[in-house]
Amino acid sequence: MAIPRFWREIPSRYNLVGSKCGNCGTLDFPPRLVCPRCGRRSMGKMERRKLAGRGTVVSYTIIHDAPKDFDMMKPYVLAIVEMEEGLRMTSQVIDVELGDIKIGMPVEVAFRKLGEEGEAGVIHYGYKFRPAR
Amino acid sequence: MREVSVIGVGETQFGELWDKSFRELGIEAGLRAIQDAEIAAENVDAIYVGNMSAGKFIDQEHVAALVADYAGLADQHLPTIRVEGGGACGAIAIQQAAMAIASGVHDIVVVGGAEKMTDVGDVEAARILSSTTDQEWESVFGATFAGLFAMMARRHMFEYGTTREQLAAVAVKNHKHGALNPVAQFQKEITVEMVLGAPRVAEPLGVFDCAPLSDGAAALVLCSRDKARKFTDTPIDLIGTGQASDFLAVHDRRELTTMDATVIAGKRAFHAARKTPNDVKVAEVHDNFTISEIMAIEDLRFVPKGKGGFATEDGETALNARVSVNTSGGLKARGYPVGATGVAQAVEIVRQLRGEAGKRQVTDAGLGLTHTLGGTGGTAVVHLFARGD
Amino acid sequence: MKAGIVSYGGYVPRYRILPKEIGAVWGVDGEAMGKGLNIRAKSVPGPDEDVITMSVEAARAALKKAPHLDPKDIGAIYVGSESHPYAVKPSATIVAEAIEAAPIMTAADYEFACKAGTAAMQSTMGLTLSDMYRYGLAIGADTSQGAPGDALEYSASAGAAAFVIGKDHLIASIDQTISYTTDTPDFWRREGQAYPSHGGRFTGEPAYFKHVVSCANLLFKRAGTRPEDYDFAVFHQPNGKFPVRVGKMLGFTDKQMDTGLLVREIGNTYSGAIMVGLCAILDIAKPGNRIFAVGYGSGAGSDGFDITVTGGLEEIDRKAGRTMRSMVEDVKFLDYATYAKYRRKIRMREG
Ligand SMILES: [Zn+2]
Repeated sequence: MAIPRFWREIPSRYNLVGSKCGNCGTLDFPPRLVCPRCGRRSMGKMERRKLAGRGTVVSYTIIHDAPKDFDMMKPYVLAIVEMEEGLRMTSQVIDVELGDIKIGMPVEVAFRKLGEEGEAGVIHYGYKFRPAR
Repeated sequence: MREVSVIGVGETQFGELWDKSFRELGIEAGLRAIQDAEIAAENVDAIYVGNMSAGKFIDQEHVAALVADYAGLADQHLPTIRVEGGGACGAIAIQQAAMAIASGVHDIVVVGGAEKMTDVGDVEAARILSSTTDQEWESVFGATFAGLFAMMARRHMFEYGTTREQLAAVAVKNHKHGALNPVAQFQKEITVEMVLGAPRVAEPLGVFDCAPLSDGAAALVLCSRDKARKFTDTPIDLIGTGQASDFLAVHDRRELTTMDATVIAGKRAFHAARKTPNDVKVAEVHDNFTISEIMAIEDLRFVPKGKGGFATEDGETALNARVSVNTSGGLKARGYPVGATGVAQAVEIVRQLRGEAGKRQVTDAGLGLTHTLGGTGGTAVVHLFARGD
Repeated sequence: MKAGIVSYGGYVPRYRILPKEIGAVWGVDGEAMGKGLNIRAKSVPGPDEDVITMSVEAARAALKKAPHLDPKDIGAIYVGSESHPYAVKPSATIVAEAIEAAPIMTAADYEFACKAGTAAMQSTMGLTLSDMYRYGLAIGADTSQGAPGDALEYSASAGAAAFVIGKDHLIASIDQTISYTTDTPDFWRREGQAYPSHGGRFTGEPAYFKHVVSCANLLFKRAGTRPEDYDFAVFHQPNGKFPVRVGKMLGFTDKQMDTGLLVREIGNTYSGAIMVGLCAILDIAKPGNRIFAVGYGSGAGSDGFDITVTGGLEEIDRKAGRTMRSMVEDVKFLDYATYAKYRRKIRMREG
């Protein structure tokens, strides 16, 4: 992945910065310029807002066939997580036994390597989830 | 607005076609369709090509002009248009071509769909397929194309009690149909045990829950309905089409177990055709994964929500049952050259409605449907075809 | 006015490997090796973990315990490690962004074998005392590697600790600090080398013991204290044997040393070692408790700290996040093959 393409998303990848609609108050992640619910009425009213980093698993899968970048991790758990703020996001769940992952499991955000541009390239970091403790 | 009919269809063999290039596939399907329509090349007003990602699979963009060129039509300087929309590109191309005819701009348009996927390795192909998902907020985090559908499957099992066996029943049925289709990639029946015992791809989905990587192409000749009878005695009318989009990322959707794009596209098509799901006798739906077919037959209202797995297991969607779903073998068994998909589905429906489907012929097929997905459901297209009267 | 600890946070990955498992691969009685080193298991970072991720986890743990702490008041972040993921490109800037301390602050990476983290503590103490900024964040973290089959492979592990250093809201004051430094090449890694080299038994007497003892005696003298004045003592712990022996030489008891001696369960976390030990102590310490801490880094030097726990320790939320004990006890054992894969000891196809 091109370096600037990752770099410009650092606030959201590191710190779960999303957006809050000034019109209806709903949060979105990643930040949006237009609220999907309010449309034009939200223009210019979308504020940056950081998520608390806690949620529950809505669905999950255990990935066995992985892209090359994720070879080291496989098999790994991928989940859609509903955050406390009501929105949903997708990432891996780490530090969990494959047999223990289940729908409804509370998770919290963790900071991990997402990938790297080969051994000599830049390393990308960001959020994953782990069972809440 | 003018009505539109299909006057010719053509397709290639589907599979790992090592000796065939992208351009050869495209031309083969196109020429067969032209031959089937019994028109001359001079009759063609434009070419629309559905193609997902030739740029990534074979490093070639600008493929619509390329196909026209190698079809020997360069001298005619036809307008050529390539359509992109993930896996739905072929279906969108049909819609765009139909609109060009309906508007009166063109009378006869060839619509092709093609993909050459096996020039890259499996891992690379899977990566390219996943490029229709949200790269920044799904793929970067390790979400694969299969993984995203697997999470829909897991949630469907959780909410509706759908079982692994029911998912497997989709693959078993479609392989059974594929065994009756001479162009299918897999013409071999499989068992539920084989599906359940296959290596895992993204749990709960295994290898047999996934459509294969394929090479192949398909083509239609569309014509304004008022002129169709000049070329054929059995025109098949495109009586309704619907297209809809949705949030690109699966996690942003209203639900994981319903594809709103399919629901809306279906409603639009049925509304335009003044038909209901009960009228459909034969349907080609987008079974890139077994769960996709289950969700599709629910979202198209062939069965109630949550009953897709049960209905499939009970044989309600088998050949000549209540509604015959994926008689071609579907993406699962006929093959899944992405760009060809929507067009290949239409080719099958036209054959069924003409009564030319051989061993897999649905009796009294009067109304047929195609359903095609782009990405994980960010786009859905539904077309309804009927025998011209 | 004194400087001291405002908050603290530690991190240990959950993967472990047993000495027996390592020994079995190299034809060595690993169990005996482990007993000799007084190491029961060593921690191993996951394939998606490195010094930066562990530093962020530790720093976030420190901030979580002290909600009054505004990351924007952190004027400096120093990450001490001998296994920074980048040879050039600071770990500290990534930590700074990940805890939202950036951009009006300074950051740098430190390296001094196993005492880069305590060196960062001393720097931030000095700079807060000089009022250059309100708080500094000192981190010690390592994912150290021993060459396959080398004695170090039984101990080199992974962990991190972060200390917010300042002058207000102290949970523990650092009453004295002193260092003892010489040029003693007992352990090193040349640029571009994957694994470190060491002087074998030379790492003991003239290196670890001479520096730790000299530093400890200087600290006693400056603080005017004796071993019995302390509730806890913690020393750099390259294995489970050295710190116990040096503690006994100085007159400390097992009871004083037990809490901070995590090496027995997680191995040598290098720059993190004495600092995760300190975290474990702070997890259970009470106001008024005194802590004697002497780190050691090869090459060589020792940093000593005379610490007194204040009433502030009761003010922060020590229950927020995980305790060191819970992290030490949350384990998943790896076989050697998986360990070798995770630590990239297996040669992969390029491209
Ligand atoms: Zn809104």
